[in-house]
Amino acid sequence: MSEDLILLDPTPERAPVVRARRARPASIDAARFGLLDINKARGNVFLDRIEQLLRSRGHPVNRYAKARFSILAPTELKQKIARECDIVVEALAD
Amino acid sequence: MKNFPDGLVAVVKRDCPTCALIEPVLQRLAAGAAAFVAYSQDDPAFPSGITQVIDDSGLEGSFHLNIDIVPTLIRIRDGREVARAFGWHRGEWESVSGVPHLGADLPESRPGCGSKTQDPGMPSRLAVRYGEARFRSRGITVPASVDPIEYCYERGWSDGLPVVPPTRERVLEMLQGTRRAASEVIGQIPTDLIECTVEKAAISAVMAGCKPEYFPVVLAAIEAVLVPEYGLHGVICTTNFVGPVIVVNGPIARAIGMNCKINALGQGNRANATIGRALQLLIRNFGGGRPGEIDRAVLGNPGKYTFCFAEDEDDPWDSLAVERGFPATASTVTLFSGEGVTPVMDEISRTPESLARSFAAVLRVIHHPKHTYTVSAVLVVTPEHAAVFHAAGWSKQRLKSELQGLLQIPVREMLRGHGGTEPGFPPDAIGRQGGTIPTYPGMPVGLPATLRPDDLIPKYPNGIDIVRAGGGAGKFSGIISGLGSITIQSITKEIVS
Repeated sequence: MSEDLILLDPTPERAPVVRARRARPASIDAARFGLLDINKARGNVFLDRIEQLLRSRGHPVNRYAKARFSILAPTELKQKIARECDIVVEALAD
Repeated sequence: MKNFPDGLVAVVKRDCPTCALIEPVLQRLAAGAAAFVAYSQDDPAFPSGITQVIDDSGLEGSFHLNIDIVPTLIRIRDGREVARAFGWHRGEWESVSGVPHLGADLPESRPGCGSKTQDPGMPSRLAVRYGEARFRSRGITVPASVDPIEYCYERGWSDGLPVVPPTRERVLEMLQGTRRAASEVIGQIPTDLIECTVEKAAISAVMAGCKPEYFPVVLAAIEAVLVPEYGLHGVICTTNFVGPVIVVNGPIARAIGMNCKINALGQGNRANATIGRALQLLIRNFGGGRPGEIDRAVLGNPGKYTFCFAEDEDDPWDSLAVERGFPATASTVTLFSGEGVTPVMDEISRTPESLARSFAAVLRVIHHPKHTYTVSAVLVVTPEHAAVFHAAGWSKQRLKSELQGLLQIPVREMLRGHGGTEPGFPPDAIGRQGGTIPTYPGMPVGLPATLRPDDLIPKYPNGIDIVRAGGGAGKFSGIISGLGSITIQSITKEIVS
């Protein structure tokens, strides 16, 4: 295994090295939700409940699933989710 | 220097025939009265038969002893080096070791081999590894499991093409391309206006793919765009197409292998490609000039990845740098704000008058036939076209002044509706006095006191620049159009090492 690599920062270093999380949306009004099931046991239970709650508040909800939890989401799936949703909830489980 | 014990220190490698030749000498010194240690760069079992061998495959000892050649014999006294011999020379080794009759059956002398500390790229690797290289820029750790090129993309450091990951070793090597201190401040880079050091410029040059020998050109280009009259802030922010265009003159262009011949404005030459890109990456990553943010270009142009070439100085005309007052022995960069390339195709003209008219006909319509203000042009004359002017004895200056004469536009051709287009002076502008003439985007400055249909307006109030470049076959020249005004001008800077 090779070693970690150190790169020198090309920026003026006004932002921290560890980038801040993307800001939460100011409002979820009219947001389209995607629920991504990674296909780990009982993740669907959690997502079913979330879907129920979101729909009761009038949000459109799309369900997506990875074939297996141990693989990366395929590019096509990621592009589809980005196209169809404003906010994604990804369910871990066990 | 790291501390080494008093006595004799030999630095060797098995791969060196001279080191192998003197193995008996090393064995004798190891068995002698003086303290002795051998640093072996490639094989801890060499020299054989000696217990005092230090495995120096990491080259730490060799680095701290500043070894260039193996074998090297050093005498340390009171923690300091007092004598050194390198290669094999019996007299010197006897003098340093104080042991007589060394290697009596060996030749008198043999040159040594290069130390592994001098292998390509190794000096900077060792300087970083053993802490001699110091950087002001913060280091960011990329886990071994992550592709560093993908990491650079993810951090937003790329112009869209892969960048070379700016490791400390690469930046250290880039800094060796200049005599200027890494900490020296070059200036404040628009649009964020943070002070940029030579070190930050070196990081951009690494990422762009520059060799260290290109770095002085990059530094001069940065200095040129920071001259206020260049107007870099406007060039970055504008909705126009422009980006920096770099023309290199003088001996450095040839020294670093720049292309001024076939496809001079195109792809395929490392220096041309990476020098221009280094400037753009600095603008992006350090200046904050990112498209869609402060860079508001409607379309931009492909030259915003990189646009840099050298002038071909192989014919009798004065170079751009000489025209601007620099000696022919100086190396310079000239920075324009340029867009794309517009071809001028004339395969027929054999007289300078006809060819100049062809140039003028195309120059006449750049941006818009009725635009004269804020338009500028660099005419790139290729060898077959230049030959027509040389044969007729026209200097570059003569061509410039002929073009200026041909590019005077009558006011009647700049009226609204002329040519079926709406831009232009409204008809009632005719006869109006100076300050009352209605304006339109791209309209002229410096209008006559009273506007008359036959008044002539120069298309290029500041003249045009001419440089030579291109392949030897093809009666085509090129126009690099751009912005030009009292706030956006071209700037020439001398390149210093």
